[in-house]
Amino acid sequence: MLVVGVLIGIYVGFLTNGPTPYRVPVANAGSVDLTLQTVAAVGPLAPNPTWVSYLVRESGVWHRSTVWTVPANSLVHVTLYNFDGQSGLRNPFLAQARGLVGGTFGLNGKQLTVINPDAASHTFAIPQLGVIVPIQGVDDNAPKQCDLAPCPMSNAHETITFTFRTGKKGHYRWQCFVPCAAGFVYGFGGPMQTIGYMDGYVDVV
Amino acid sequence: MWSRSSDGRRIAAITVIGTAIVLPLVVFVLGPNMPPGKATEVAKGQVTDNTVLLVVMTPFTVFILGYLVYAIVVFRAPKGETELRDGASMRGHMPSQIAWLVTTTAAVLFLAIFGTTELLANNGAGSGSGPNPVAKPSGAMLPVQVIGQQWEFTYRYPTYGGVETAELVLPAGQEVAFHVTSLDVVHSFWAYELGVKADANPGVDNVAYVKPTKIGTFQIRCAELCGLWHGYMFDTGRVVGAADFNTWIAAQRKQFAGVEKYLPKYSPSYSPDPTFRAG
Amino acid sequence: MSLRRLIGFNLLSAVVLGVAGFYAGWWLGHQITGPSIAYFSATNQNDIALFVAYLVGVVGFLVGLGFANYPVQRLLGKPPTLREKEQQGAARYFGLCTDHKVVGIQYLLGIGAFIFIGGLNAMLIRFELMRPTHLVWNGNNYLTLVGVHGTMMMGMMTSGILGPFANYFVPLMIGARRMAFPRIEALTFWLLMAAGTILMTTFAFGGFPTGWTGYAPLNEQANMGMDAYIAFFALVGLSMTLLGLNMLATVITMRAPGMTWGRLPIFVWATVSTSVLMLLAAPVLISALLMLTMDRAAQTSFFNDQAGGSSYLYENLFWFFGHPEVYILALPGMGILLEILPVFSRKPLWGYRLAVTGMLGIGLMSFLVWQHHLFVSGINADVRPFYMLSTEIISLPTGFIFICALGTLWKGRIRATVPMLFSLAWLFNFLIGGLSGVFLSDVPSDVTTHGSFFSMAHFHYTIMGGLLFAFFAGIYYWVPKMTGYNFNERLGKWHFWIMFLAFNSTFGPLLVIGFLGMPRRVVTYAGYLQGANDWVSVSAFVLGASMLIFLANLIWSQVFARVPTGVNPWGSKSIEWQLPSPVPVHNFDRIPTFGSDPYPYGEDAGSMLAQRPVVSPARPTP
Repeated sequence: MLVVGVLIGIYVGFLTNGPTPYRVPVANAGSVDLTLQTVAAVGPLAPNPTWVSYLVRESGVWHRSTVWTVPANSLVHVTLYNFDGQSGLRNPFLAQARGLVGGTFGLNGKQLTVINPDAASHTFAIPQLGVIVPIQGVDDNAPKQCDLAPCPMSNAHETITFTFRTGKKGHYRWQCFVPCAAGFVYGFGGPMQTIGYMDGYVDVV
Repeated sequence: MWSRSSDGRRIAAITVIGTAIVLPLVVFVLGPNMPPGKATEVAKGQVTDNTVLLVVMTPFTVFILGYLVYAIVVFRAPKGETELRDGASMRGHMPSQIAWLVTTTAAVLFLAIFGTTELLANNGAGSGSGPNPVAKPSGAMLPVQVIGQQWEFTYRYPTYGGVETAELVLPAGQEVAFHVTSLDVVHSFWAYELGVKADANPGVDNVAYVKPTKIGTFQIRCAELCGLWHGYMFDTGRVVGAADFNTWIAAQRKQFAGVEKYLPKYSPSYSPDPTFRAG
Repeated sequence: MSLRRLIGFNLLSAVVLGVAGFYAGWWLGHQITGPSIAYFSATNQNDIALFVAYLVGVVGFLVGLGFANYPVQRLLGKPPTLREKEQQGAARYFGLCTDHKVVGIQYLLGIGAFIFIGGLNAMLIRFELMRPTHLVWNGNNYLTLVGVHGTMMMGMMTSGILGPFANYFVPLMIGARRMAFPRIEALTFWLLMAAGTILMTTFAFGGFPTGWTGYAPLNEQANMGMDAYIAFFALVGLSMTLLGLNMLATVITMRAPGMTWGRLPIFVWATVSTSVLMLLAAPVLISALLMLTMDRAAQTSFFNDQAGGSSYLYENLFWFFGHPEVYILALPGMGILLEILPVFSRKPLWGYRLAVTGMLGIGLMSFLVWQHHLFVSGINADVRPFYMLSTEIISLPTGFIFICALGTLWKGRIRATVPMLFSLAWLFNFLIGGLSGVFLSDVPSDVTTHGSFFSMAHFHYTIMGGLLFAFFAGIYYWVPKMTGYNFNERLGKWHFWIMFLAFNSTFGPLLVIGFLGMPRRVVTYAGYLQGANDWVSVSAFVLGASMLIFLANLIWSQVFARVPTGVNPWGSKSIEWQLPSPVPVHNFDRIPTFGSDPYPYGEDAGSMLAQRPVVSPARPTP
């Protein structure tokens, strides 16, 4: 009986085990700053070192967390450094940004609404909030490609900046729409379907 | 002969009276409120269909449950009877077996014929009917392509320059032909209030017809397990007046003008790369 | 325990060899694929290594149990024996044993353990669904829970009744001393245990997101956890094929004198019909899974649309197995129902031939209906009227079972024992299950109900309300004969009433929730359905708690209280109840001769036997 109880406990404990949420600190009233990097291979930070992933910067250090806690009804300023190459979208329609404050996003300082779908590396998307941002990939011929995360800023990268407004409280999923999981059917297995790599939650509290 | 016994008469009476009480409730109370409601012509047809099924089932249900309860109450061995006593040796009764066979066969054949009629007369009843449905509505249709992808539905309107939208809006009173396809795994486009469900298969054009009649919103859900975010693959669609629809689609074309040049030419299905499980 | 027994061929060596074989295969798989195929290192998902690991692991497990001993000895020229049967004591339940009665009890405990895991997963799923949005499990774990629950239940319960009860009682009922192939009989059980263990390892490889149906191409996209699903179902399919083959051979060739086809107990007929389905349907599953294995491990494209394959092919192959599969689950339950009703109505089975026709008819028809699972898929839309007709026609033979059950109750002397209560509840549950099935068989209605909680509730009504209630009826009816100890009747009735009410309180509302627009296997749902879902969840927890009452009853009555059963507590006229409890190893002193079917209630015969006694009660039972 005791053994069975312990086994059930281990089982349930194993299932509840997930990525630790990262609480984005409030920068000033009504807005927070979220700094991310996207890397082609997450490296020794994760059980699957060859998988593509997002990292988040927490007090100057890069962590692997894809569950982010942000306040409700406030602006989230996202700065995203992309070190990954170009994969291309399955559905080119998703190369146009939606749901952003001001309607545009910055790509290396230039304000845009759409990029060439073939040059897309990832998308940052929170479908329930209507937010989708295409992320330009690093050109294959660019020098100093990053191999393993965390990538230093000296490596080739693209800088994407945008702002979106969180609505009411809730637990929203985010995902990537670019088939960037190399090797999987339709490029959509593995990291694309595992929370902690290219999927996660945005907790609006 | 047991059918002439008082037990048989009582069970027959229970069945008849029970059916007489339940049937009006089914027809007038439950039936009209059956899902999926009355927002479209096919949904109305499905409500009728559900009601007919309930009506056919009612006498059988009342008979079996009535019989069961009657048997448990009346044929129960007396309390405290310790000695085992056998009932009568009855190994069958051909007339009642034949009667049962005839009744159930009649009900089954009726249901199959009725279902087929409804399916054909109701333009496929909102079901995904493959690329070339036999039953299709006559007259002008608004084609709308539903593209399932992991994990969002997007929509294309080929008669409006092939514009692609993130939101599904339909004009009321207009016959719509959904062309459902997928870019990756199998999804299922389920517009609940419209009474439409059609699987989205990669490389397949799955057509379903519907004519929305009521202005309002409807739920869209994915009804086929499609991976991690299957549970989050939902959306709300809108049925609006014809003028509002024209305004909306013009605004969409303007908003998504930037991406329009990148969209592939409208096609019944798409086969974008990459295809293989290879690095 | 002596060292000699510890290092022989037993469960311990089986586990050691199984685990060693797994790692050996894992290493071997990496040696094969590591340098040559780049994508396995790119994806970090070496499917070949995992498949080889499972294969070598299962072989090691079986060798450890001693399945290789007999063939090797025969090859070396030793004479044939049935030595595995001659073990004594409790140890024989934990190793290869060819006594059909031991295998029956092994099945009961082994399958019971895996059903417990499946049920636990159901509780965890219902916990998550108490909120319309995310509550505890993240998306990956939730889908894996759903998949493991469904797969475990569908896989294990295929042998849920045939495993324990048919293995134990079919030889007795037809007057045989053993099954036709005793080693194959033991093999079917140990294959299932290996399969269940393999399915649980899916958690270590990222789980699988496809549910029990495993639709393509999602199943090719999925992580290595999917390989556990494939290995599990392939082993279950193999076990089913062998079990069906063995049962058919036994019933056809080993019936005692006087046991004509017209006198076979109806449970044996249900076994025959189920075995035919197993023999014909399970190989289809195995071949479909083999194709899937090739797709995943060797880059073929049977099911990958954009490389020339078709996801429809998988759907067709799967449901060509999958629909007979649900009747593999339902038919043994009908057999138990019609076996128990005569005993506790004290009347012969009413309409014996009609019941047999019904069972064989269901078996035949079940191969002609599978495309009703694809009504909205867009494939072969023009032949839907045929599948609508065939699906509705299958309710005719099912109706035969009902009318035979009702006819048996007619003017009987019904005793409300625990097995009888479960049987009567079967009638109620299966009625609702069958009627809800009519909605799914009708295309216009299927548009709303397909893939929704309605269809989920429908098959829980037929499988859980049908099969599991019959399973418990069988347990309360037959386990006293298997162990020699009675159950506590009061606890049994508590178990029944709580289970029956909680079951209906769980799945009744789910029919409505499905009609109101909630799809299956989702982790989120519309807010207005939360009240109903909370009700369902609480009912499900009560349903789960009723299983704990059963477990308490099982342990209390079989381990502690130990009230002896006696030869024939139910007053049945069937042969197994003329034998001592538990049944001795050799079954009968001499092969019995039958004079009637097992239902001569109200007739002169004291039992179905033409001659008595067939076993001397004085002979000690081991």
